[in-house]
Amino acid sequence: MTPAIDVHDLTRRFGTFTAVDAISFHVDDGEVFGFLGANGAGKTTAIKMLIGLLSPTSGRASVAGFDVLTQAEEVRRRIGYMSQRFSLYDDLTVRENIALYGGIYGLTDAEIRERGNALIDELKLGGAADELVSALPLGWKQKLAFSVAMLHQPAVVFLDEPTGGVDPITRRQFWEMIYAAAARGTTVFVTTHYLDEAEYCDRVSIMVDGRIAAMGTPVELKSEFGVRTLDELFVRLARPEVASGPLPGVRAEG
Amino acid sequence: MARRASPLTAFVTKELRHILRDRQTLTILLLLPLAMVVLFGFALRNDVNDIRIAFVDPAPDYATLALRARFAGNGRFNPVATAATTSAIEPLFRRGKADVAVVFESGFAGHLAAGLPANILIISDASDPNTGSRMQAYAGAVIASWQAELHAARGGVQIVTRTRMRFNPTLESVNLFVPGLIALVLTLVTALMTAISLSREKERGTLEILLVSPLRPWQIIVGKVLPYLALAFANVITALLAAWLVFDVPFRGSITLLLIASALYALVGLALGVFIAASTSSQRAAMLGALVGTMLPSTLLSGMIFPIASLPGWLQPVTYVIPARWFIIIARGIMLKGVGLNDLWAPILALLVMLAALMLVAIRSFKPRLA
Repeated sequence: MTPAIDVHDLTRRFGTFTAVDAISFHVDDGEVFGFLGANGAGKTTAIKMLIGLLSPTSGRASVAGFDVLTQAEEVRRRIGYMSQRFSLYDDLTVRENIALYGGIYGLTDAEIRERGNALIDELKLGGAADELVSALPLGWKQKLAFSVAMLHQPAVVFLDEPTGGVDPITRRQFWEMIYAAAARGTTVFVTTHYLDEAEYCDRVSIMVDGRIAAMGTPVELKSEFGVRTLDELFVRLARPEVASGPLPGVRAEG
Repeated sequence: MARRASPLTAFVTKELRHILRDRQTLTILLLLPLAMVVLFGFALRNDVNDIRIAFVDPAPDYATLALRARFAGNGRFNPVATAATTSAIEPLFRRGKADVAVVFESGFAGHLAAGLPANILIISDASDPNTGSRMQAYAGAVIASWQAELHAARGGVQIVTRTRMRFNPTLESVNLFVPGLIALVLTLVTALMTAISLSREKERGTLEILLVSPLRPWQIIVGKVLPYLALAFANVITALLAAWLVFDVPFRGSITLLLIASALYALVGLALGVFIAASTSSQRAAMLGALVGTMLPSTLLSGMIFPIASLPGWLQPVTYVIPARWFIIIARGIMLKGVGLNDLWAPILALLVMLAALMLVAIRSFKPRLA
């Protein structure tokens, strides 16, 4: 059976600059995969190739069993995407946003109604369902954006720094939602700058200068590199000059 | 079979909600044609109304009385004084109480009856030279029409005045403005609003989500364009109604043909808006781009205000790529001259060619694969 995401020697160059340098990895069905890397390491370029916003210079990748280059339509139908920027429409209500994305992904009116109601109950948004999204607090907005990205029950969901700027309690709730989605069989591909969150992932990869420098379960990685936390490992890989010096406690900046 | 809205329907619904929810913008857009027709019609028109007229009539007779009555009955003129000598009305001019004076010679009726030249002098306040010459022209027109009737009735009538009529015999500049105003309103609603709405999606990052979804690029463009096309139609109808109800602007040709031409012109504007949004990276840049790239040329280089023939020679060829130029030819032809497709195929073809070229560029610029 094909993995949910299968990547072979995927490369993207901009002029002479190689943003993504022949990376290969796979993500299994139902896995929560953490895609880590410092800013500028090539994460965003890699994601854009996987969701069909950018074409690879060379190499190939498949998502949900379909080639991202030749079967882009099939891929689009089966993935969900939550970008770094808030992707719902502020001047539409919660229900109107749900109706829009449900409609775009070809759900029936009945499906939109049922799943919309379930989603609103789950997020305890009952009272705010017909309010404009702009009136919601940031934490709710992010949870809503995730739920809307999951509305069409995609095989794979891509989350690009989904918890940026939200409070610790909401982050915890967010990760509970991610686990619930994975338990229902959706593969989760998530980037984050919070390394405590990376510990929640089934497996993580760390990208440095366009290459994957380390990949495995958090436990494997920590023992392989002899570090106590992923934080420590991240700094050592991404900023070797800092890690080798006597500067304990330096965090990788977001 | 379960009921299912098509992705395009869902998208158009969303667009309509954006438009309907932004009440202020919508109100402005809906009232715009009305405001512009009324503004241009009343304030910016070159016509002169309510001209205060004084008569110098040293020896009133049936002919001078008849002509004075003709002035009084004409809606434009408002008689303020009658005097026996020119010097008596001089103070009126100086104090700005009169705009025009009509001076009859004595024995006016006698000269007419004898078939001799009967002299009239029209004096006008030319402190604003444009207004002055225009007022002379109006006064001359009243005299000329009276003379023509008299001549038809008994022949051999000679009245000598110094003014002569210009083009546009009804002297109604609002007639010439209305087609240009329709072009301007359409440009604003189509090019400017689409450019803003699309670049907003780009700026906020929602466009990325749409491009990752199963929506196809053409569906995104059509979804953006359809609601504004409807708004553009409402605007054309409002402008025409305002022109007709307030200013009696004639409509001599086919309304269907004008609506089709308006739709064609609106589509050109919409494609231009998509292109502008695609080639700019922020809402602000898109807005400025649309204003400078479409509104300015539509006003200044289209023949709406300045005749193209009066532009410098090197600038005239530029007007060929201004869509408004062609639309104004079409709209003036249909509304004022009552001509049809036989005479208007060339400007319509020009708009079609522009539309095809712009559509190609617009769809191309919205490829989901960004590089």
